[in-house]
Amino acid sequence: MRAFLLSRLSQSLVLLVIVSVIGFVILNLMPGGPMAQYGLDPGMTQDDLDRLKEQLGLNRPLWVQYLDWAWRLVQGDWGHSFRDGASVLAVIGRHLFATLLLMGSSTVIAIALGTWIGIRGATHRYSGFDYLATIGAMVALSIPTFWFGLVGIYVFSLRLGWLPAGNMYTIGDGSVLDYLHHLILPSLVLALVHVAIWSRYMRTATLDVISQDFVKTARAKGVSERRVLLKHVVGNALLPMITLAGMQLPSLLTGALVTETVFTWPGMGRLFLDALGYSDYPVVMGLLMFSAILVILGNLIADIVIAIVDPRIRLA
Amino acid sequence: MNKHPATTSNYSRRDALRLMALTGAASLIAPNLLGKPAFGQTPPASPTGRVVVGLSQEPTVFHPLMAKIEVDDGVHFSLFDALFRIDPEGVLQPNLAVEVPSQENGGISEDGLNWRIRLRDDVRWHDGEPFTAEDVKFTIELITNPDFRAWRTTGHALVRDITVVSPTEVTWRMEEPFAPYLSFLTETFIVPKHILEKEADPNAAAFNQAPIGTGAFKWGQRVAGDHLELVANPDYFGEGPYLERLIFKYIPDLTVFYTQFKSGDVDMVGQAFITPDNYAEASNLPGRVVTLVPSPSVESIYLNLERPQFKDRAVREALYAAMDRQAIIDALYYGVPTATETFMPQQSFYYNPDRPAEKFNLDRARQILDEAGWVPGPDGIRAKDGVRLSFANSTTSGNHLREQAQQFLQQTFAEIGVEMTISNLPAAVMWGDFWALSQFDTAMVGITYLIGADPDVTNRFHTRAIAAQGGRGSNNAQYSNPEVDALLEEGSRTFDQEARRAIYHKVQELVRHDLPFLPLFQNTQVRGHKEGLHGVVPNPNTRTESWNAANWYWAS
Repeated sequence: MRAFLLSRLSQSLVLLVIVSVIGFVILNLMPGGPMAQYGLDPGMTQDDLDRLKEQLGLNRPLWVQYLDWAWRLVQGDWGHSFRDGASVLAVIGRHLFATLLLMGSSTVIAIALGTWIGIRGATHRYSGFDYLATIGAMVALSIPTFWFGLVGIYVFSLRLGWLPAGNMYTIGDGSVLDYLHHLILPSLVLALVHVAIWSRYMRTATLDVISQDFVKTARAKGVSERRVLLKHVVGNALLPMITLAGMQLPSLLTGALVTETVFTWPGMGRLFLDALGYSDYPVVMGLLMFSAILVILGNLIADIVIAIVDPRIRLA
Repeated sequence: MNKHPATTSNYSRRDALRLMALTGAASLIAPNLLGKPAFGQTPPASPTGRVVVGLSQEPTVFHPLMAKIEVDDGVHFSLFDALFRIDPEGVLQPNLAVEVPSQENGGISEDGLNWRIRLRDDVRWHDGEPFTAEDVKFTIELITNPDFRAWRTTGHALVRDITVVSPTEVTWRMEEPFAPYLSFLTETFIVPKHILEKEADPNAAAFNQAPIGTGAFKWGQRVAGDHLELVANPDYFGEGPYLERLIFKYIPDLTVFYTQFKSGDVDMVGQAFITPDNYAEASNLPGRVVTLVPSPSVESIYLNLERPQFKDRAVREALYAAMDRQAIIDALYYGVPTATETFMPQQSFYYNPDRPAEKFNLDRARQILDEAGWVPGPDGIRAKDGVRLSFANSTTSGNHLREQAQQFLQQTFAEIGVEMTISNLPAAVMWGDFWALSQFDTAMVGITYLIGADPDVTNRFHTRAIAAQGGRGSNNAQYSNPEVDALLEEGSRTFDQEARRAIYHKVQELVRHDLPFLPLFQNTQVRGHKEGLHGVVPNPNTRTESWNAANWYWAS
């Protein structure tokens, strides 16, 4: 186990360095820059813009900028936003709760619903439910979330008035009920796509397990269908889902750009979009690193959990 | 007592008195049942209620001297004060200062170099400390600190020898006379010395996330990415505040932004206001007050005068005649903006109304080009001396109104043998070096040429302001006219308003003749707020709708 962890750690570090270099280069190659937001300010002269560029350290050669940034990162200083000077970690931290709330609830819904639909579809193959689930999954995967979101707002908020049109909570009211009321529509819209993916994977995995010999043996022994399902099939069918869950971990904390914009949800996805718009390099790099670390961590945890749970797998 | 009343009616005296008392009371109360007339509205005695202002960009910069954008300004006007304010008519009013210095009252010396500002003595910071001249000195020195990421230093960089004569008086000397400095000072908010002098790095101070000012509102709380809440400052020295809470809400998507105004989640629309295509519907919404407010920004086609196609004045004149501006205003922008011939906003004291209105005339355009020697080539595009009349037009991508205007112009230009291609870019690219260093052919852009109400446009039209040629300004058209240069230099040295007006009238005349840019129209903002909110007055001399939030109150 220790050897495995050490080798993974060294691989991860190399990966992080590569990701950061590629990200940094691409970011700086983009035309425009942090001065564009002041481009039409009536009182700011080119002198002011040049001075600001110098003060932000943007006139130094790229490799100097990169090494300076990387050295500080290693020491725990993720840099300061070009927009308001706040530390990048503080900026990210401000949006963390909103993201966790939205992504957490949508993931829980997605996994619960997806698992159930997948298993049901597999056990009642080619039934009406199964066809409905298949078609539904195709529809959910093809239609973009912003369309779903806007339609949801139109129907449930503007027409019926049941649900609020956006935001995390009503200003002035911050009760738990208020939060939940605002959470319903965005988390359902987001969950829709994930339900589709989960149910398809779950269905295939379940079909895989159901056709195995040990399941036939259990049935032959007289075990009730329900017990066969719950005790023997589901557990084994969930194994490949652990890997899938590991890949979902990063999105749990990096948020969903489109849904957050449509529902005016103050999460990390929106932060990323806004930071890109202002060419706020430190924040964008910080989010990039954050996301990369989460991806690596997610896969690592998934691998370890699978190794623990599945006796057939030996860690390298 | 007699059981039988002696009066001819059946009323006893007691009954009569009772009836009179009731009538008297009723007559006192009755008018109130009809509701107070509008002019009878008075603000509440103590701050009450809240207003939610919607913004389409998030204010994140709360240090008023740091580099910032328009939406940040709205918050600063409520949290901080400046030495003077500028009112909607363009007249300077004292704010933290007791009076506006001028050459008449001796606040500014005859040569314009020595300034003396007298300050109020009844102002306190939000943390209770008294405001003094030390804060003014600290503010100006901070702006010119080379390590500080200041918003702009023009004007402040000319200040020398700031002396605190007393807690209510400060003097300084300017390197050269600079009349626009008064306007600049209306946008320079004063920051507290006793808090900021302790910070090692002025760019990353804790103050930046929890600012302390002298304004009508104090810092409440902020939910990043969602909204910002300010609370009333009961000890404010000026008028108001009448609201208990002022909330700025960030809604990035413009459709959702307008929807929240319709549904009432937002009490007032801030930047970027309501788009012209929603104006007709918005003005009919019940319970909403929607007004057209002329903005100081002028929309135009900016030409890069170093491109060979535009060096000939005949070309510029012909292009101007080939623009059907009225059709663009009426059909594409729903009649909301107003046509203009100059960069000076029409509500300005310095506006020159004598410029002849340009008529759309394709025949005249063709005639001008023919006479100048621009002959249509085999592909129908005019050329002369090997230069084809073909160029690109760029603006922010995703702005659907501008895109339609571009296509419209493309058609009319094609009819006179000019080829215009459309090449739009995302905002972060368009307004970076591409714009600043004049790398474009032409651009469709809305520019506010004035700062406050000051007509000094040296930054835009002086030869020394051409950044692409090593200058220090925003003369993106690369326009150079020595006569205009001389006029601009004189204008910035003159303090007398009438004299300045004559100077800037001439500047407008010359610029209109030279056509470094082709004016389309003066922008108009479609502003809206809920009925019942009093005190809302648009001010074209500031960049924000919240410049006087201290005066707002809800009808009772």
